[in-house]
Amino acid sequence: MDKAYLLNNEQMATFVARGFLRFDELVPDDINQAVMAEIDAGSIQGAPAGTPLSQCYQDSSIRKLLDMPEIQGIIHSLVGADPLFDHDAVHVREPNQGSAQGMHADSIIDTRLDFDIQLMYFPHHIPLEMGGTLLLPGSHYRRVNEMDIARYQNMLGQVSMVCKAGTILVLHHGIWHCGRQNKTNQKRYMFKVRLNPQEPQVKLWNTDGLEDAGGSRELYAGHKDEHDVQYILSKFEPWFENASGRLEIVNRTKQWRFLTGDDNFDVHYWLSRLENKPSEGRPSA
Amino acid sequence: MTTKQRQQVLVLYLATSALDSGVKGWSMYDGTGKDTFTTGDAVSDDAGGVSAAPYSTGLDALRDGWRVIQFPQLTPPYPGEEYSTSFMKNEFIFERLEVV
Repeated sequence: MDKAYLLNNEQMATFVARGFLRFDELVPDDINQAVMAEIDAGSIQGAPAGTPLSQCYQDSSIRKLLDMPEIQGIIHSLVGADPLFDHDAVHVREPNQGSAQGMHADSIIDTRLDFDIQLMYFPHHIPLEMGGTLLLPGSHYRRVNEMDIARYQNMLGQVSMVCKAGTILVLHHGIWHCGRQNKTNQKRYMFKVRLNPQEPQVKLWNTDGLEDAGGSRELYAGHKDEHDVQYILSKFEPWFENASGRLEIVNRTKQWRFLTGDDNFDVHYWLSRLENKPSEGRPSA
Repeated sequence: MTTKQRQQVLVLYLATSALDSGVKGWSMYDGTGKDTFTTGDAVSDDAGGVSAAPYSTGLDALRDGWRVIQFPQLTPPYPGEEYSTSFMKNEFIFERLEVV
């Protein structure tokens, strides 16, 4: 894998903090058109759950999409070189809908630090009135079970996928999202595929400059550089409550430790303080 | 002649357990049938951004005539789950009765 296509430290930290990455107009139009034709024909065929992704979608436009070096780099960085196919779906939002889908997290409650990704692909232009997938940045560590959160209609900082054709959205498995109401006269399509890692998700991305990017232990994340890992991991989402929002920073810290293998990494010294237990023989930092 | 009234419900998710803290999220249900609300209906610009919340704080809703009918209970964390996050904790429910 050419490093140039792997995610960098800033992108990985953003994924850890916000639970998604967005790549606008990444897929060329010839693939967009070909996938739309396959959607119309109903010819997109997945595979049994647990099949290596490299063995899926042979001779199809989805294969061409997945073989794009940019897509390979995203997948490799997050879930490894050849993750397992979990399931796929063509999500269709019918025209002139009376309401949106309820807010939810996919599948069932899932508390792992090992994470799956969902690759969402928008093969056609989605204007505001068509809705777009709605997601809530930073919601992926909240322990909820599927539609239990359906009463949440609007949250500060929510993001709607109003986008051009060929846009890719990569989601952590726990992110809160829903299909927004489609008020147009046309159907809205979105293809998604869920992928499971089959190797430890440790430093799979381009880690060049990780120490310089703030990856080492800091006792206080007073960084002002918005590209700095600790700055990214310490930034509150607009919808975070004062108290629970602090716990989200700890959740991110635990995830970053998991991904880097660095058990000393911290943000704001919040975990290190709790881990200082001289009575148990562990020296303070 | 009997006046018919229907309930409108406003749910505000606040920054803290204080009613006068800032609004982080909201939901509305209208029993009069005049309005309908749904997930993400406040998204209002092409960048996918969100329009302003209906009120800045819970107290602002009171001042506008909404009656608070439920405060969130303050419950200690379940042992072993002190650091986990889940639902929005500061959910305040309001009602307003409208003549139909």
